[in-house]
Amino acid sequence: MDFKSGEELLALCRQENCPISRIMRLRECTQGEASPQEVEERMSQVWNIMVRSAREPLENSLRSMGGLIGGEAQNQGICGPVLEKAITYAMAVLEVNASMGLIVAAPTAGSAGVVPGLLLALQETYDLPDSWMAEALFNCGAIGYLAMRNATVAGAVGGCQAEIGVAAAMAASAAVELMGGTPEQCLTAASTVLMNMLGLVCDPVGGLVEYPCQNRNAAGAANALIAAEMALSGIRQLIPLDEMLQTMYRVGRKIPVELRETALGGCAAAPSACRRCGGCNS
Amino acid sequence: MSFISVFDVLGPNMIGPSSSHTAGAVEIACLAQKLLEPPLRQVEFTLYGSFAQTYHGHGTDRALLGGIMGFSTDDLRIRDSFQIARDRGLDFAFIPNETETEIHPNTVDIRMVNEAGQTMTVRGESLGGGKVRITRINGMRVEFTGEYASVITEHQDKPGVVAHITRVLSDWNVNIAFMRLYREGKNDTAYCIVESDGRLPEGISDQLKANPYIHNVMVVQP
Repeated sequence: MDFKSGEELLALCRQENCPISRIMRLRECTQGEASPQEVEERMSQVWNIMVRSAREPLENSLRSMGGLIGGEAQNQGICGPVLEKAITYAMAVLEVNASMGLIVAAPTAGSAGVVPGLLLALQETYDLPDSWMAEALFNCGAIGYLAMRNATVAGAVGGCQAEIGVAAAMAASAAVELMGGTPEQCLTAASTVLMNMLGLVCDPVGGLVEYPCQNRNAAGAANALIAAEMALSGIRQLIPLDEMLQTMYRVGRKIPVELRETALGGCAAAPSACRRCGGCNS
Repeated sequence: MSFISVFDVLGPNMIGPSSSHTAGAVEIACLAQKLLEPPLRQVEFTLYGSFAQTYHGHGTDRALLGGIMGFSTDDLRIRDSFQIARDRGLDFAFIPNETETEIHPNTVDIRMVNEAGQTMTVRGESLGGGKVRITRINGMRVEFTGEYASVITEHQDKPGVVAHITRVLSDWNVNIAFMRLYREGKNDTAYCIVESDGRLPEGISDQLKANPYIHNVMVVQP
């Protein structure tokens, strides 16, 4: 059981009459090295680490290695429960990450807050069982795998749209499945996110995974929620996920090198950022 | 194309903040220490490119030191690796090299000395997402990733050495996935790297050393 595109994935879902998560789990168990039980255990460990990293800073705020962030994971309360929690948790994970805590790269360390942020917010708000969360993670994995295989998830190659953009596409698709949507709606949501985050540059201040990375994890979670809401309400997209991944990849390669993780442009080159960083001689 | 697992997407489980500058650094150093008989007494890391520029803020130094002590990417002890290394009597130094630019941006040279006084230098590159490769051993250009069980021989370039290696592997029923040879020159020092499926059997190293031209055998389990 394997697939190379979103289209093939949807065909398998139709053929087997099952959700995306099921196909991705079968793929892992038939193509990978690990036994079904090992796969199960590893995925539950992934979820446990995600949850811990999303909650820890709410009790003890952590100072980052580079000193640019720490203590942002607080809840102000104007967005409604799901989005408030998603923002807070997404930022919390980056706080843990930037202070050398334990996280799960999803798909990268710099974008590690989006998936746990949104999924944990949905679980708490709608009281979803842990077993559903493992399925949601397999759904995430399917979208991330397609991005890794057919495009890129590296900021140095494709900019932030490839990191936060893909993380948010993963989260959106998983949210749709969690809330009862169809496989087609999952891919529509993922495609919507990539469209809405197209062209986002990677411009970390001081070259560190802190700022604006943390803000963008919150923005990614919000974008994922918007796209999931739209897809679940039946809005379709002209451009399917496979084409949107290619579009994101092509746009990424046209982003100038100064805006692809080199810390030479964008936010990293703003006067206030340079004063704070004081790292390079330029 | 190699298999992309769901845990390549949701993973690695790692100490932050960067998959390339922290998790990748752990992986490289962890691979390097498997190539020299323990215990290590001295290690010197020369950092190039982006590693040299941002190593402190990314914890690359603590990550490398943790890896050289055999910690995995999700080991919280990485945060305290400086103190742990001092407690273990391991001398360490970090040397940023910002003059060498014709090199992969996330590269480190690791010079290790063990208690027996043997030395080895290993160059590693962090490729992103926690993926790494070793590109030099003692100055010789090689390539392996540690994703497969690997056996590396250092030998003299002589007829029959490769036949001996493949015979031993065949006797142990080891399936060779990839095999590469490198040499400094005819009759000179050479390396053979074999990557195989599954784990390598324990006794393989001694049998490989039975050939007089094979000077050293390194086994890296996945």
